[in-house]
Amino acid sequence: MAYGAAVREAYQREIAGIREAGLFKEERYIHAPQAADIDVEFPAGESPRRVINLCANNYLGLSSHPDVVAAAHAGLDHRGYGMSSVRFICGTQDIHRELERRLTEFLGTEDTLLFPSCMDANGGVFEAVLTDQDVMIADRLVHASIVDGMRLCKAQQDTFKHSDMGHLEEKLQEHKDKRHRLIITDGVFSMDGDLAKLDEIVALAEKYDAMVCVDDSHATGFIGRTGRGTHEHCGVFGRIDIITTTLGKAMGGASGGCVSGRRELVEMCRQRARPYLFSNTVAPVIVAGALKVIDLLSGNTERRDKLEWNAKYWRKGLTEAGLDIKKGDSPIVPVMLYNAKLAQDVARDLFAEGIYVVGFFFPVVAKGQARIRTQLSAAHEKEHLDRGIAAFTKVGRKYDILGKTKQQIIDRFGL
Amino acid sequence: MDDLQRVIRDYVVKEYLEEGDDREVTETTPIISGGIVDSFSMVSLKRFLERKYEIQIPDADASPAAFDTVASIAALVVRFQKKA
Repeated sequence: MAYGAAVREAYQREIAGIREAGLFKEERYIHAPQAADIDVEFPAGESPRRVINLCANNYLGLSSHPDVVAAAHAGLDHRGYGMSSVRFICGTQDIHRELERRLTEFLGTEDTLLFPSCMDANGGVFEAVLTDQDVMIADRLVHASIVDGMRLCKAQQDTFKHSDMGHLEEKLQEHKDKRHRLIITDGVFSMDGDLAKLDEIVALAEKYDAMVCVDDSHATGFIGRTGRGTHEHCGVFGRIDIITTTLGKAMGGASGGCVSGRRELVEMCRQRARPYLFSNTVAPVIVAGALKVIDLLSGNTERRDKLEWNAKYWRKGLTEAGLDIKKGDSPIVPVMLYNAKLAQDVARDLFAEGIYVVGFFFPVVAKGQARIRTQLSAAHEKEHLDRGIAAFTKVGRKYDILGKTKQQIIDRFGL
Repeated sequence: MDDLQRVIRDYVVKEYLEEGDDREVTETTPIISGGIVDSFSMVSLKRFLERKYEIQIPDADASPAAFDTVASIAALVVRFQKKA
């Protein structure tokens, strides 16, 4: 038997090591559709309890929207459940191309190609458009999927300090001799909730003849005046060469992602991106749901406006309560606790108070930067937020962290 | 700390520490395992050393462990200088 006792024990020791390091991840079973209020079974085996969800990427509250669900049902009826094929054999329906056209229009680009996920889009795009004569220069806080995608690409890799335009310019000068330069950044950074300085990045790209790639997964649908994304917010709509984004967050939250951008770059992905070539097409039911999401968002900013109001109210409430939050303009609001155990203890106590949040710590964020990442949704009503603020205040008082500075929290709990 | 170590330390501080980050980097400070920089961003240090000292460090030798301290990085440079 190949999977003998020694092999099994080796894996068991490794898993025990993950547990001892405090890095063991456990799923919590949700007995409800995704929403502001969900029924969570935790720990496993306990009766589900109703809690307010403050950790979903359901920014626009469309994950269980009745119109989206109805459109998905209709898609299921008219285009079936699965396609049993990759796109280029027999996996492209009329609605796949229609969704690509609608996304192109929504994002202000030239063309779009769907991928099974944005993780796949990031995994495939760099290798498809760059060679060993080129260089990729990425912000140091880009998402893990971009790091993976860059590792799969033969172009030279480099990074710049987070949102440090001076450092980026140094790198662009250093790589003047390369055939193509590609600057890579997140639009909204998922752990801190801050926005890339896309206006300055585009200006540098034009100065040094570089292309720009933005992963706008935490922005598409709600950042910018009409929710088109970080490029709209920064006044550079139509000037981004590659946008990767997801349908798995604000845009209905099911799954699927895309590469959207310059016509030739998208075509290169269609010809060469391995996750597109060797993975199944996005299921018709998801395509139909996503088309309805774009219908709901086109010409109507009500949901993103409500989300913006919720984020401001939440930031103000937590700040007035004396919690240490990362400043920003996005609905990602990290409550800083610095110490990993404190972040886990506070999250556990909040769950007991009916608030579902999760503690993040190294290696997901830098050492000494442990936090609870809260995420707002247009599905939240003011009452949800008031209850959340009250719970954070109560638990914050228990640990005596209200009104305390970073240094005071670190002095008391350590890093 | 010898001259080579000082060059490496200065590069690490300038290239990887954020403004206002006053952590002290000595020859034995764990750089990668200590969370100052991830292995992904270390490629620029490898390129800097290869250019400055006119050496080639194969990827197999440029492991996170070998790049974890100023002392271990300096030892790696010396090793490949001798080979050159």
